[in-house]
Amino acid sequence: MRKKVLCFALLAVTVAVMLVGCGSSKKKSAASSTFVFASSADPVLLDPALVSDGESLRITNQIFQSLVGFKPGGSEVVPQLATSWTPSSNALAWTFELKKGVKFSDGTPFNAAAVCYNYDRWYNFPATLQNPAVSYYWNTVFGGFAHPAKGNPGPDKSLYKSCTTNGDSEITLNLTRRSSSFISAIGLPNFSIASPTALKKFDANAGTVDSTGVFHPTGTFATQSPVGTGPYMLQSWEPAVKLVLVANPNYSGSKPAISKVIYRPIADNAARLQALQSGEIQGMDYVAPQDYSTVQKDATLQLLKRPVSSIGYIGLNQAKPPMNNLLVRQAMAHAIDKAAVIKAIYGQTGEVANQFLPPSLFGFASSGVPNYAYDPAQSKALLTKAGLTLPVKIDFWYPTGVSRSYMPDPQRIFQAFQSTLNNSGFKVVPHSAPWRPDYLGGTQSGKYQVYMLGWIADYYDPQDFLNVHFGSATPLFGFKNPKLFAELAKADAEPNAALRTKDYEQASIDVMKFLPMVPYAWGSSALALKKNVLGYVPGPIGPVNEPWADLHFAK
Amino acid sequence: MLRFIVRRLLLLVPILLGLSILVFGWIRALPGSPAQTLLGERATPQLVAEVRHQYGLDKPLPIQYWDYVKTVGSGNLGTSITTFRPVSYEIRHRFPATFELALGAMVFAIGLGIPLGFFAAKKYGSLFDQTSLVGSLIGISIPIFFLGLILKYIFAVRLHWLPSIGREDILATRAHPTGFFVLDAIIGLDPGGLWDAIRHLILPSIALGSIPLAIVTRITRASVLDVQHEDYVRTARAKGLPPNEVDRRHVLRNALLPISTIIGLQTGLLLSGAVLTETVFAWPGIGSWLTAAIPNRDYPVLQGGILFVAIVFVLVNLIVDISYAIINPRIRLS
Repeated sequence: MRKKVLCFALLAVTVAVMLVGCGSSKKKSAASSTFVFASSADPVLLDPALVSDGESLRITNQIFQSLVGFKPGGSEVVPQLATSWTPSSNALAWTFELKKGVKFSDGTPFNAAAVCYNYDRWYNFPATLQNPAVSYYWNTVFGGFAHPAKGNPGPDKSLYKSCTTNGDSEITLNLTRRSSSFISAIGLPNFSIASPTALKKFDANAGTVDSTGVFHPTGTFATQSPVGTGPYMLQSWEPAVKLVLVANPNYSGSKPAISKVIYRPIADNAARLQALQSGEIQGMDYVAPQDYSTVQKDATLQLLKRPVSSIGYIGLNQAKPPMNNLLVRQAMAHAIDKAAVIKAIYGQTGEVANQFLPPSLFGFASSGVPNYAYDPAQSKALLTKAGLTLPVKIDFWYPTGVSRSYMPDPQRIFQAFQSTLNNSGFKVVPHSAPWRPDYLGGTQSGKYQVYMLGWIADYYDPQDFLNVHFGSATPLFGFKNPKLFAELAKADAEPNAALRTKDYEQASIDVMKFLPMVPYAWGSSALALKKNVLGYVPGPIGPVNEPWADLHFAK
Repeated sequence: MLRFIVRRLLLLVPILLGLSILVFGWIRALPGSPAQTLLGERATPQLVAEVRHQYGLDKPLPIQYWDYVKTVGSGNLGTSITTFRPVSYEIRHRFPATFELALGAMVFAIGLGIPLGFFAAKKYGSLFDQTSLVGSLIGISIPIFFLGLILKYIFAVRLHWLPSIGREDILATRAHPTGFFVLDAIIGLDPGGLWDAIRHLILPSIALGSIPLAIVTRITRASVLDVQHEDYVRTARAKGLPPNEVDRRHVLRNALLPISTIIGLQTGLLLSGAVLTETVFAWPGIGSWLTAAIPNRDYPVLQGGILFVAIVFVLVNLIVDISYAIINPRIRLS
């Protein structure tokens, strides 16, 4: 009797599994007209002016367009909703010619009034939206609000002055001071132009602040009804499950070959890769470095590596002697075996860095940069020349609980540095702290003498690398160098693109002569797609500038 | 019985009050603040101070706690600092997923564990018994995330039989009025939807149910071994009752008491969120949500989420206590 029961149970299981198999094979053919892409997290909101995370910007970049954009795969600024732009002679007014015949996905017209409406909306944000955690990019790029809440920056700190319309298809952005980096910055999805009708209809600025001070949008613009001029528009969004985009029938460019894109958040790297291998998704971002070879060996997959775009460096805080001595900083640079570290720890995800700017960014100096080759003897000689007794004790900090493209395994990288520094006349005293918030807090407040840190660009302009770090005195590096500050301010303000590039090339060289830090690695990330997905161009700023409109499936 | 239930429910008030103070204090004892986390690499001291001020994090702790109690008292669990979504919205959308997965895991564990444990005890010392013992040891020791990855590799990646992530087919456009996908499909008389939901439940339920399965098997085996040598069992046999009848009415029913305790505890644990399983299977439940809130120092999510989980845990234990009386009428809930 029991045997019969067991046999029946086994039979039932077998039949069930076979049925399951049938079910899954049926599903596959239906999926081929849709592109399913996964990354690590949900977008936060779909109003690009209110977000700064990569996933929100990845999605809003498909729904919205800015006045300018970036060339796919690069950092060059190209026309998007503006066909051309020219600065005034004093570079305080920039006039943009707008593309004609463009409509928002809700059918309303895109014109000069719509552009100025958006810029004025950001400048006039209510107090709840002035929080830097909400409108980070407006705070960073334009720096002030028309009606600042208590403690927030006002018009005196603002780069933005006003927006004026000149007819239906021309606008002028008036600035309070000269800046050229803002052209790169406004190419970000954060400065996308949204439909004024939709912004009003769906209460884009409305929100409540609860007793703990957290902003909660009460309008539906940022969650259900974002309306832009991009190739796709939002069909539905179930947080933690999926977000569905469909082709925008009013898009002014060529119609996307893939009419529906589904984005799903899968936090776990291994789970994302398995979902790609099983065919449940057709693309994924942030392949773990250890999985590169798995993807490369899989005949059904392709690995797309982004150009290196982040910088990993050893910070030298000059407020903590002897780091104020250039000879000691040079000795540090000669005591690091960058090539060995890249080979052992970064593998395919990094390149040896000889300067702060990544090679794909204009302003990168292809010649003239001082060469600090790994040379323990030279390092010791420099320390002796500085009048110090060997070994020179240094407090070296590294973070725990973090992995970044510029710093995939901080502890192992630190151990490699420690070994060569101890052979080069230094005596490393190791210290570590959890990345968030202790370590970041410690570096930013200038508590650490020597530390490992890095930078991923907010927007792809040398200003966001060099001026942000070395353009003014900060506790991070603890130095005051008026000559360098002036040089970087001049480069930022230069309206002529060719001259600006030259200025930044020279600044790159001068930074490496002054050596406020030792750059050692340019890092990158990678995504994986099914082999039949074509047209994906990985870019240096990642998801922020990777349009899905050009994707198509191989026949 | 009614008095017992009311008294247990009233006990929830001091439990939750105490717990809210503990959670509030514990979260704030963690180094750093949401401000630092939100701003990441860009966290200059000025920006951090600005964000802290705007989120009210610079107020004295008792005032922050009082603000919190007032908000919760008015039925509002707050809003996530990182997603801007209300905590109650997240719980409403995520708990059905966690519940369904916990139920799937328990169905797997009980449905397989009780028969396995029972037959192991009946065949005490046999190869079957030894195998089930070793099997349950493996079930307890194998890490869930590893088992999950292996199951997915075999059944999703290699064989393409079962899905590896999520709760339903990504292309599905079904409405889910209750949020419980299986229930929704049954109510909506949608066999396709039911099958889809069950297919997605199979692998995560096996992964999550592996530890309860091992525990239920072992407890059942031990309990049946104890009971089957009791006097009343011998008497029943001596009376000439058929062996199946003896097993069903006298052995299994009496052996169920310790098993139900374990099942109750395990269900409570599973309902509080299966962090690893939810992460590995991209299952949008409570566990992965709460885990993600810790590094983000998302105070409202942690406070609201943990309170909710505590309520669930207490309620499940209450149900277990009630079930004692049903299984064994000798127990009086006085």
